[in-house]
Amino acid sequence: MKLLVVEDDREAAAFLVKGLRESGHTVDHAADGREGLVLATTERFDAIILDRMLPGMDGLAIVAALRASDNATPVLILSALDQVDDRVRGLKAGGDDYLTKPYAFSELMARLEALLRRGAGGKTETKLKVGELEIDLLARTVRRGSTEIELLPREFRLLEYLARNAGHVVTRTMLLEQVWDYHFDPQTNVIDVHISRLRQKIDKGFAKPMLHTVRGAGYCLKAA
Amino acid sequence: MLAMLALIYWQTVVYATQQTDETIDAEITGLAEQYRQRGLAGLVAVINERSKPERGSSMLYLLTDQRQNPLAGNLSRWPDLEVQADGWMRFQLSDDGRRKGGPHIAQATSFVLAGGVQLLVGRDLSEVTAFRNRIVAALASSGALMLVLGLIGGIVLSRRALARIETINRTSDRIMAGEFGRRIPLKGSGDEFDRLAQNLNAMLDQIERLMAGMRQVTDNIAHDLRSPLGRLRSRIEVALIEPPSTERYREVLQQTIGEADHLLATFTALLDIAEAEAGSPRGQMVPLDLASFARDLADLYEPVAEEKGLRLTIETGPGPIEIRGDRHMLSRAIANLVENAVKYTPAGGTIAVKVAGDGGMARLTVADDGPGIPAEERERVFDRFYRLEASRTTEGNGLGLSLARAVVRLHGGTITLEDNGPGLVAVVSLPLAPEAG
Repeated sequence: MKLLVVEDDREAAAFLVKGLRESGHTVDHAADGREGLVLATTERFDAIILDRMLPGMDGLAIVAALRASDNATPVLILSALDQVDDRVRGLKAGGDDYLTKPYAFSELMARLEALLRRGAGGKTETKLKVGELEIDLLARTVRRGSTEIELLPREFRLLEYLARNAGHVVTRTMLLEQVWDYHFDPQTNVIDVHISRLRQKIDKGFAKPMLHTVRGAGYCLKAA
Repeated sequence: MLAMLALIYWQTVVYATQQTDETIDAEITGLAEQYRQRGLAGLVAVINERSKPERGSSMLYLLTDQRQNPLAGNLSRWPDLEVQADGWMRFQLSDDGRRKGGPHIAQATSFVLAGGVQLLVGRDLSEVTAFRNRIVAALASSGALMLVLGLIGGIVLSRRALARIETINRTSDRIMAGEFGRRIPLKGSGDEFDRLAQNLNAMLDQIERLMAGMRQVTDNIAHDLRSPLGRLRSRIEVALIEPPSTERYREVLQQTIGEADHLLATFTALLDIAEAEAGSPRGQMVPLDLASFARDLADLYEPVAEEKGLRLTIETGPGPIEIRGDRHMLSRAIANLVENAVKYTPAGGTIAVKVAGDGGMARLTVADDGPGIPAEERERVFDRFYRLEASRTTEGNGLGLSLARAVVRLHGGTITLEDNGPGLVAVVSLPLAPEAG
C-alpha cells in the first residue's frame, strides 16, 4: 500500500515512516502542510496519516481541501489534542479516524489497516462469513459449521465487528470505541472478559480456535 | 433644592392668599344673612360690633349711604378702588394709628344694597404680606444654609470616599508586591465601601485557596509522577548494566512501555480533570437518557464483575430519565465509580447500580457491600492522588474520583460517598432536563 505521512516533528516522522516501511508499505513523507497538500492532490495514495498541528497549515484544513476536491483517500488524523470535541471536529472535517498522541504503534497499524479495508470497499451483504463461521446480520443469528450459537446482543455486536475485520488485529480501544462507543481507557480488563465470554461460545467444543489474542496488540478473528 | 424652595413658597403664599379670599367671602355671606333677617339697622349693628378695634381683626368694613357718607365700619371714607384682574378690588390703606407700619394694601369687594346704601368688605393684607416676606426670608436663609452645608458635606463625603478608595489601592499594591495574606481593612459600618472591601477580600481568599490547591496539585503531580519515572529510568539503567541479552532487553522494553502507558494515562486523567474543572465544553451537552446510559455501562462491566465473583445489578425503572450531558465525559466519570466498586468489593459481594428521578434531580447510585470508606476519609478521597492506606497496593492512580467529581460538577450536579451499611454507596445527583416532567 502507498501511504503519505504528513508530520512536522522529524523524530516522530522518522519513527512512523520506519515502522510503516517495515510493515511492507511504501511511504512518502511531507514535513509541512503545504507540501502535504500538494503531494496528496498530485499523487494517488491508499491512505494519508496526517498530523493535526502543522506549520503553515492546520491539518484539518488539508482534509477539508481534499474532500472539497472530491478526493476520498482515507485520512487518519494524529493529534495531541485529545478532547472529545477535538475528535468530533477532526471527524467532521472529513477525517476517517482520529488517534491521540502519543499512541502505540500497534494501535496505529490496526486502525490504519481497518481504514485501508474500508477504502477497498466490498460487496454489500447481509451475511458475514469467516471460515466456517456464518453471521446473519438480518436474522441476528450465528452458526459455526452446523452448530447454532446463541449470543447476547452485545456479544453479537462484538463478533460482528471482529468478523468485519477478520484476519486483522483489532485493539481493545478500537473495540471499546466501535462496539460500545466509549472513548476512555478502562482501568479493569473489561474488554478481555467480554472477549473470553465470546470465545467460550464460538470456540468451545471446536478443535481449532478462531478468536486469537495478539500479545501486546489486541484480538484477531481468523478462519480456523 | 431651588425647586423645593419654590414649591414651599408657592404652597404657603398661595394658601395664605386663598385664606384671605375665603375669609372675605365668609364675612360677606354672614353680613348678607344679617341684612336679610334684620334689615339695615341690624347690618349697622353687626358691622359696628365687628369693627371694634379691640377685636384686633384685620377685617375692614364700610357701610355708606348713597352719597358715600359713612354709616358704620372701620374705614374713614370710601377708598379709591382699583379693580384687579382676579375680580377683587385693591386700595391703599393709610394707617390711622391702630395698625403698625406705613400705608399698606387692602383687598376688598363692594355691594350696593337697597336705597343706594353701599357696603364694602375687605381685609388688610399687611399680615399676609408680612407672612409672605417672612416666608421668603426664611426660605432664602435656609436655602443659603443648605447650600453651604451641602457643599461642606459633599467635600467631606468625597474626601472620605477617596480616602477609602486610596486604602483599597494601597492594599492592592502591597498584595501585588507579594504580601498575599494582606486584606483590605473594614470599617464595620456595612456601607457600600465595606461591602466592596468584603467582596474583594472574599475574592482574594478564593484565589488564595485556589492557589493553595494548585500548589498542592503541582506537588502531588511532581511526587506521583517522579516515582514511576524514577522506576522506569532505573529499570533501563539496570538492563544496560546487565550482560547483553536480547531476551532480557525485550522484557525490559515491554515493562517500560507498560510504565509509560501508565504515566500517559495519569496525564490524560489530569488533563481531563483540568478540562472538566475549567468548565468549558458545554457545547457537548445533549439530551441524554440516564437510565439507558446506566444500563449500557452496567452491560459493559457485568462480565468483569462476574469474573471476580461479584453480582452486578441494575435498576432503572421503566421510563427514561432525561438529563443534559456529555456522554463521553459522564461515561468516564461513572465508569470510575463502577470500577472502584469492582476493584474493592471482595468476591461474593453485590454491586447495585440504580437510577431514579425525583424533585428535579436525577439520582444515580453505585452501591457495594465491600469494606467501605471511613466517614472522615469520604471527602478526602476526592482529592487528586489521595489514596486510602488500604488501597495503596491496588492498581490505580488516585484520580478516578477527582475526575468523577469534576465531571459531575461540570454538569451542575453533586457527588458524595455515603455509608451503605455495610459497604459504600456513591450518590450522583444531576439536574433533570428542564423539559422532562
